Amino acid sequence: MKPAPFTRYVPKTLDEALKILAEVAPHDGRVLAGGQSLVPIMAFRMARPAHLVDINEVAGLDALKVENGKLVIGARVRHAAFHKSVEKGALGALLATVVKHIAHYPIRMRGTFCGSLAHADPASEWCLTAATLDAELVAKSARGARVIPAREFFEGIMATALKDDELLAEARLPLLPAGTKFGFNEFSRRAGDFAMASSLAVYTLKDGKIAEARIGIGGAEPSPRRIPEAEAVVNGQAPSEAVFQAAAEAAADAIDPLEDHQTNAEYRRDLVRAVVSRALEGSL
Amino acid sequence: MTAKAPLTLHINGRDHAISVEPRRTLVDAIREDCGQTGTHIGCEHGICGACTILVDGEPVRSCLMFAQQAAGKKIRTVEGLADGDTLHPMQQAFMDHHGLQCGFCTPGFLMLAVGVLEREPDISDEDLLDVLASNLCRCTGYQGIIKAVRAAAKEMRKAPQTSK
Repeated sequence: MKPAPFTRYVPKTLDEALKILAEVAPHDGRVLAGGQSLVPIMAFRMARPAHLVDINEVAGLDALKVENGKLVIGARVRHAAFHKSVEKGALGALLATVVKHIAHYPIRMRGTFCGSLAHADPASEWCLTAATLDAELVAKSARGARVIPAREFFEGIMATALKDDELLAEARLPLLPAGTKFGFNEFSRRAGDFAMASSLAVYTLKDGKIAEARIGIGGAEPSPRRIPEAEAVVNGQAPSEAVFQAAAEAAADAIDPLEDHQTNAEYRRDLVRAVVSRALEGSL
Repeated sequence: MTAKAPLTLHINGRDHAISVEPRRTLVDAIREDCGQTGTHIGCEHGICGACTILVDGEPVRSCLMFAQQAAGKKIRTVEGLADGDTLHPMQQAFMDHHGLQCGFCTPGFLMLAVGVLEREPDISDEDLLDVLASNLCRCTGYQGIIKAVRAAAKEMRKAPQTSK
């Protein structure tokens, strides 16, 4: 249970970090941020990176600010930063609700928002949030910067569109309009465990009818995503138990369920049905 | 480089000049290189919480940090809680309320609870339960720990502890 040997680099500036990453990436070099997923994987020797670019001392990566209608979250913003609302609107409240489901308090002290996205565990609450809200993800490398939409970012279980020499430098989440309703639910056997299914539902009300619904599912497929079939069910309807149940059914039908030793496809669909209806009910 | 490099760990107000490889975890350095064995190692992958310590006032898993990352930071471990022969209110409360049996998980629980209460003295009982779910105890059934931490929280609110 001891990590294999590696070389650690401690750059102080982003340019320096990207330069080192470009050099070591072809030789199994990786970024180390909070380390709350990478270090356990290294302890199990499931990962044996030869080089770690530690970004904990890089200046400027802890930015957390509203800019042009978006919340900008720097690469080193830790989960615990969201324990209290980071902005006055619905987005701050949404993030403060979701963060409580991420692992445990000491993990949230170290783990980072962007690190979760780059790690891309199917059960990750932040990956679900980014997918549901259509986040923009800014990848930087010595070659330049590019913006990747969330729907193109997640490519499967622990797989993303990031190239080996790219750092996920920031995530941008759109602020939510006043009066936005949201609900989040996840199912796991014990508090803090990986979600076996999770759902984030976000919508506004127009003349008492649901509009601009976003219904995301996490932990049930290789990557989290919005479920248009479920969104179509609720859009234009007044919120009601029957509508929410219909959306939950639509979501359960629409997914291609992950199966593992404790969860077969039928059970996963049941869980999706439950978390979608609970997320929607929680929005009221 | 993968070779050992010198660094200083500040643990409970004392400097420990050591030399470790980059892969040396903080908990291994604290125990093996600094000789402070009050911090326990359980699972070594961030699940059990036995190795919880405070780094710059934040409760963290010391098996998920590398020792070199803690150079120059203020580290507090269970050895730093008592003031001479006077136990910290959290330690006294664990004794008074049957917050331990075998004691293996106790250093981690003490540092977790002290760290959270120093950061959030007015944390609700409900949120405190969520915090205590962070660490594993296989003896007490948690009820004693919950009672102890709630009792200590009252004491600590009366007389805020100064951190070392």
